[in-house]
Formats: sequence, structure tokens, C-alpha cells
Amino acid sequence: MFKQISRGLRSILYAAGCAMFLQAGAWAQTITTNTDTFSPASKPAHEIFGLAMFALAITGGIFVVVAAAMAYAIIRYRRRKDDDGSEPPQIFGSVPIEIAWTVIPIIIVVVLFLTSARLIFAIKDAPRPKSALNITVVGHQFWWEVRYPGLGIITANEIHVPVSTKADPQPTYIKLLSADVVHSFWIPQLAGKTDVIPNHVNETWIEPTHTGIYKGQCAQFCGAEHAKMLLRVYVDTPAQFKAWVKQQQQPAVEDPAVAAGREVFMHNACMNCHEIRGTVATGRFGPDLTHVASRDTIASGSVMNTPANLRKWIENPDYFKPGVLMPAMHLSSQQLDQVTAYLETLH
Amino acid sequence: MADQTLPIGGALDVTPHDEAQKGTFLEWLHGWVITVDHKRLGILYVTFALFFLLVAGLEALAIRVQLAMPNNHFVSPEIYNRLFTMHGTTMIFLVGMPILFGFANYIVPLQIGARDMAFPRLNAFSFWLTAFGGLLLYWSFVGGFGLFGVGSAPDAGWFAYAPLTERAFSIGHAMDYWAVALIISGWGTLGTAINILATTISMRCKGMTLMRMPLFTWLMLVVSALTLVTITPLTAAQIMLMIDRYLGGHFFDTQAGGSAVVWMHFFWIFGHPEVYVLALPAFGIASEIIPVFSRKAMFGYPAMVAASAGIGFVSLGVWAHHMFTVGMNGPTTAFFVLSTMLVGIPTGIKIFNWTATLIGGKIWFATPMLFCLGFLIQFLIAGLTGIMLACAPWDWQLHNSYFVVAHFHYVLVGGIVFNIFAAIYYWFPKATGKMLSETLGKWHFWIFLIGFHLTFDTMHIPGILGMPRHIYTYEADRGWGVYNFIETIGAFVQAIAVLIFVYNIVISLMKGKDAGSDPWDAWTLEWAVPSPPPSYNFVVDPVVNSRRPLWDLKHPEDPDWKYE
Repeated sequence: MFKQISRGLRSILYAAGCAMFLQAGAWAQTITTNTDTFSPASKPAHEIFGLAMFALAITGGIFVVVAAAMAYAIIRYRRRKDDDGSEPPQIFGSVPIEIAWTVIPIIIVVVLFLTSARLIFAIKDAPRPKSALNITVVGHQFWWEVRYPGLGIITANEIHVPVSTKADPQPTYIKLLSADVVHSFWIPQLAGKTDVIPNHVNETWIEPTHTGIYKGQCAQFCGAEHAKMLLRVYVDTPAQFKAWVKQQQQPAVEDPAVAAGREVFMHNACMNCHEIRGTVATGRFGPDLTHVASRDTIASGSVMNTPANLRKWIENPDYFKPGVLMPAMHLSSQQLDQVTAYLETLH
Repeated sequence: MADQTLPIGGALDVTPHDEAQKGTFLEWLHGWVITVDHKRLGILYVTFALFFLLVAGLEALAIRVQLAMPNNHFVSPEIYNRLFTMHGTTMIFLVGMPILFGFANYIVPLQIGARDMAFPRLNAFSFWLTAFGGLLLYWSFVGGFGLFGVGSAPDAGWFAYAPLTERAFSIGHAMDYWAVALIISGWGTLGTAINILATTISMRCKGMTLMRMPLFTWLMLVVSALTLVTITPLTAAQIMLMIDRYLGGHFFDTQAGGSAVVWMHFFWIFGHPEVYVLALPAFGIASEIIPVFSRKAMFGYPAMVAASAGIGFVSLGVWAHHMFTVGMNGPTTAFFVLSTMLVGIPTGIKIFNWTATLIGGKIWFATPMLFCLGFLIQFLIAGLTGIMLACAPWDWQLHNSYFVVAHFHYVLVGGIVFNIFAAIYYWFPKATGKMLSETLGKWHFWIFLIGFHLTFDTMHIPGILGMPRHIYTYEADRGWGVYNFIETIGAFVQAIAVLIFVYNIVISLMKGKDAGSDPWDAWTLEWAVPSPPPSYNFVVDPVVNSRRPLWDLKHPEDPDWKYE
């Protein structure tokens, strides 16, 4: 518990202390991956953090001055014990004072507005380099479909992107679509959120400066399992990313040892919703499972991808995610073992 | 003008004797049901709202228990979603608006020296519509299942974003109950707003020019005008939703080319001014109580009136700051950043004027004043976090996080609920003739203050740490657990304070001290009549010469009209 408090406080204090060095990015070596908006690890999140510190400083200053005035008034002008019961002098107002406290806020508003506007345009109209990676993320109730149109990769819930360095800038542009209701795409350490809206194409971008696993989740209420619509971004070194791409581009593994499990999958409704490229399973309603075993998590990031968990998940998805749209298929214990073994081979 | 005298209540009390006689319970009940007296309707509104305050408060407690620890299993996700939907909808539509309109119903005619509202029967009709809307909304727990065996209460959030509310995603009748209940209570609200507008414009007593109107009445005038503009788009959107659901319309049906964003625009062009519909009456309450308990005239009365009207106008042009993340282009985003920040200027003026009213006064820390002082400093913080959220790029991070939840609870609880409590302590003696216990009141204040800050100060931090709203559970490794645990403790502390408050009302009604007509030595006309006032309010039409008619009466040597 104390560890958590100290982490929260430390990130706030640390953030405040580092605010002025932000533009240089000199502080960022100590990054830890969590969901703290005050420890950014990517380009738009860095700039937003800078604006946040600026706004905090200004509003903090206003708070100190005004709250001090209020505290002074309340303490100094309390009714004393020896009060004679007479009424204090009646003051109805003062035009110069009122003009002063109208003009000062106007100046503050202008400053904050211009600072915000500058950053709005800087982020929204950022030039898009040719080297940028393009991916498409489709929000579903309650998981994320991830497509790499240029690379022919389809996966789910775990996005791999290359790290960006000064020598080799590698921003990733993310096109956001929704298959059903409104979702919101949010990886706090990488960028602010962008809504994922049906019939309304949105786009956001990240330029991560540090490798690691960054967590996020759906930030717009989307139904029963909104809370377990989690998302991970793996920021890889260029070599790692290359290897990952190569592996994902392979067709599904065909291991004769698990033919029985494959039979179960293809002869049940599994194939109606899930795709395994290179097989007759071409469903689009659920996540693509061609390389499901290469993923660290299942159930949209809410459960670790272990054989035991996977078996439990197939047996009764509601056990981990009550309200999930995947039905329990009422498979026998043997079928469950078989289909789990099959899916475990899909690296 | 100044030679006119003001009739003081009691001196000419011609209350008919039969009114004091007690009838049977049925006669008593019948009297309350058929009443068109603005005071009785005001009490009905406030009682109705306090009942739902307890209901929605219990919903909040259940939410807090569920979130107290990571991976908690107190309620299922389906029930959790219903709880936060009903909590938000109830607090806004069945607590906030009815209680504030209830105060207005009771106080506005008294403050302007009128014998009733302009349209007494419309007034009764409006109350019963609102009450029926509330009943219908809660009937969804029973009726929402419909023929499908699913649904129960609404579960799409109080904002009810389409297309989650369309039939494809929300079968059963839950959303129908939500939409129809709010359309009906919305008509009630519109009726009351029209009534208050007509009353304040045409029923003021002799001498009460607009610029002599008490600030609470002024604020209710602004709020009523704002209500007429804001409830309408909500009702329109809800009717469109019902057309989508039952008549094959496609307004928000994205699968057939409808637009989810259009719903957001409709909802927030209602939703944001709605915040001011709730906040401005609270400002009005503070503008009545702070001067009386500082023993000074309101500092900068004309500026307060101008700032209120200014907030009303500007608030109509800020709605899309709830939508900074929907992918608006740069110029549109910048426009809403600017308009939102502009609200800070008139709001700042108000905060400064209240503070200036304190300066040079002799502050009397009675319970109403304590709540108002709590409001003053909390509203400052709420305003400043609002400025932070107005910085659109930062809002891309904070939007839909617990930082936002903390911010608007700071506004709605720290600002508005504190003033609602202040108003009840202030006007309860007028409405019942009994004082609320000051001792219990102070316990109520301090415990509520501690609980409020435990919950809502802490709540900002998980928001910054990336905790989104509307999630029924979260993972332990996120580091949000400890803050959520503190928030839950705070929620129960607040609940204890509310229990003390309810006990205070009951015990004071039974054996409270007699209030007399003017227990706070105040200056507006409602304190010139007996407590409780007779059904006709004023025996003789009063005539006023200044903003503080009772000050003039009490200080004939130094009346206000010399300075105004």
C-alpha cells in the first residue's frame, strides 16, 4: 500500500521537478511502464505533460493567492466574543477593484488559451514522415482488432510498434474504426485518448522513445465488459520488431500432433467467429487466432495466456469476463484439452 | 418613496382559524395532493428530492464498495453499470433540479413580495410530472425486462451514448424507461421554468425593480431562461432515440448510416448548460447566505447579476469540451477551449465578490454559513480543475478518467450539495417554524466535509494515473487500489453525515426551537412574514425601496436606498 502511495506521489513530485527539462527529454531514462499520464514515454504524451505542468503551475498559483485571501477574510473578520452587536460598515462595491479582478483573469485565460492552441495544432497537424508505420485498430465489444495493412498482419489486443530514435524517427499512425459502439483508444504513457466511433474514422499517432510494454484500456463506456477491454502496446527495438513482423506474416502452424484439437475447432462454431489463416476458419466477429499462442494475454488483455487459463476461457468465457460476447461451447473435457493443445501450437 | 412602511408579519395576521384545525389523515393527505400553494409544492419538491438523494446515495455507496479493492466481486458488471447509470441520472434529474426548483418555488414568490407563483396550477402539474417521471425511471427495475427477460434498469450511463442505446445493443425496455421518464420529468422542469420566469418578470411587488431583486431570485430567473433552452435538445434527442428504437429511424443507428457524434452534440448542448442550471441556483443561495452571516451587503451586486447572465450565455457555447476526443479539427477544438475558459472569468468575479463580502464583516459561523464557506473554497478548486480540463491536449489524457469524475463531483457535491445543505439550514426555520439543531448541524458539516475531501481530493490521483471511468473492476498492478480504498472510506463518512442530517430534520421537526419570523436577522422579504408563512404570504402588498427592505426597516437612520 505504501509503495503505491509513494509511487503516485513520487510521480507527481518528480513530474513537477522535471517539468522544465521536458523539451530536452533529458529526464526520461528512468521510465517505468504503467498507466501514469505523468510519466510519458512517447511524443504527444511528452508535450501534453509539459502543458499539464504549465497549467498546474498557473492554476496552483491562483489557488494559493485566492485561498489565502479567503482564509485571511474568514479568520480576520470572524465575529469576536466581545462583539457589541453593531453592524459593520456596509460596502456596496468598488468599480476599480472589480475591473482589476476582471482584467487579470482575462489575461490568464489568454495565456492558457494560446498555449493550449499551439499544442492542439502541433499535435493535430504534425507532419507525417514517409517512414511512419500505419496500423488500423478496430474497436469491438470488448476487444481490439489490430491490422497492419502494409505488412499483411492481423492480430488482437497487443500492438507491436518500433521504438523511435533521433537517428531513425519511427512514428506510428493509428487509424481508428469501430465495429459496433463508441470506444476510446488510450495508452496514457504514449498519447492522449482518441474516440473510436462507428461510421466516423479517427486517427491518432504515437512516437515512443523508450522500449517496453505500455498498458491502456478502453476509455469510453461500451457495455458490460468495458472494464476488461484492455490493450497493450509493445514498443520493440527495430530488430525485435522485424522479427515479430516476420513471425506474424507466417501462415498458421500445421502440427499433425494436434489434429484432433484442430478438428474440434473446425467442427464447432469457433470457426464462425475466429479466423486462422490458411484454414477454413474465416470468422471475423472475434479475434484472429492465427498466432494466438504468440500473444502474452487472452480475453483482451485481462488474463495471462497460459494453457490452464486458455482452457478455462474456452470452457466458460464468463468465468473471466462476465458479459463477454463469446459463448461457452459446452465442449467435453477431452475436447477442451484437444482444442487448447491445438491453439497452444499457433505461434 | 422612502416614507412607505413595510408591513411586518404577525402584526396583521389574519390566518383563518380553520387552517390550524387538524383533520383526519386522509384530509391531510388530500390537502397535499391537490395543493397549488407554491410553499407546499416547494416542500413537496424538496422532500421528493431528499428521498431520491438517499436512494442515489445508496447507489453511490454500492459503487464505492465494488471499487474499494481491485478485482472485487461485490456486484456483477451488469449491476454495476445500472448502478452508475441510475446514480447519475437520479442525482441530476431527481435530486439536483427538483431540490433547487423546490427552493425557488418556496422562496422566489416570498422574496419578491408575491402571493403565489404566476401559474399555480401549472406549478402543481409540473411537480406531479416530475414525480411521475421519477417513479417511471425507478419502475424500470421491475418493468425493464420487457418480453426479452433482459435489461432491468438502464445501464448505458447517464449520457447514454448511441449506438449503445439502440435496439441492436440494448434490448429490453431499460432505455425506453430512461428516455420516456426523462422526457416526462423534462416537461415538468420546463413548466416550472416558465412559471418562475413569468413570476419574476411580472409578479414583483411595488418598488422591486429588476436591480433590486434578491440575488437568489435573479439567479433563478437566469436559470429558468437557461432551462428552456437546454432541456429542449435533450427531449428532442430522446424522441429521436425512441423513433430509432420503435419506428425504424436511423438518427443514431450507425449500422444504417446514422451518427453517434450527433447524439453527443445533442446530449452535451443539453448537458453542459445543465451544469449551470444546477450551479447557478447554488450561487444564488451563497449570495443570500454569505452577506447575511457576514453582516454586510453583497459586494458588487450589479457585477454579480452581470456575471450570472454572462455565465448563462457563455455556457450555451461550450458543450463540445465534453467531446475533445471525438476527433474534432484544430480550429473547432481551439474555439471550445477559448469559450470554456471564458466561463472562468464571470465565475472568478463571483468568487472574488463573495470573498470581498466577507472582508470587513463580522462573520457568524452558523451552520448555513459553514456550508457556504466550504462551498466557496471547494468551488475555487473545482473551477481550477475545470480550467485544467479546458486545456484540450491535457483533456485528451484526463477525459473520461477519474480526474474528471473528481472534478465534477467537486462541482456538484463540493459546490452545489454544500449549498443545498446551507439552504436547508437557512430556510428550514421559515418553512417549518422550527430551527434545525445547530449542534447536530455542526456535526453534520464537519463530518461531511471530512468525508467529502477524503473521497474527492483523493479521486484526482487515480485519474492522473490512468484510471478510466465506468469500469466495474481494475487490476491490482495498476496502483489505483489504495486511492480507491480511501475514497470508499470517505463515501461512508459522508453517509454518516447525511444520517445525522436526516436525524436532525426529524428531531427538529418534533422538538426544535421556535424560529420566529426572522431568526437570522436577515434582510429579504421572506423574513418579514411569519414562519411558516400563511397561505397568502403577505397580508398587505409590500413596497420596497432597496435591495434589502428589512435592513431599511431595521436601520431607518441608515437605509440602503440612500446608496443604491
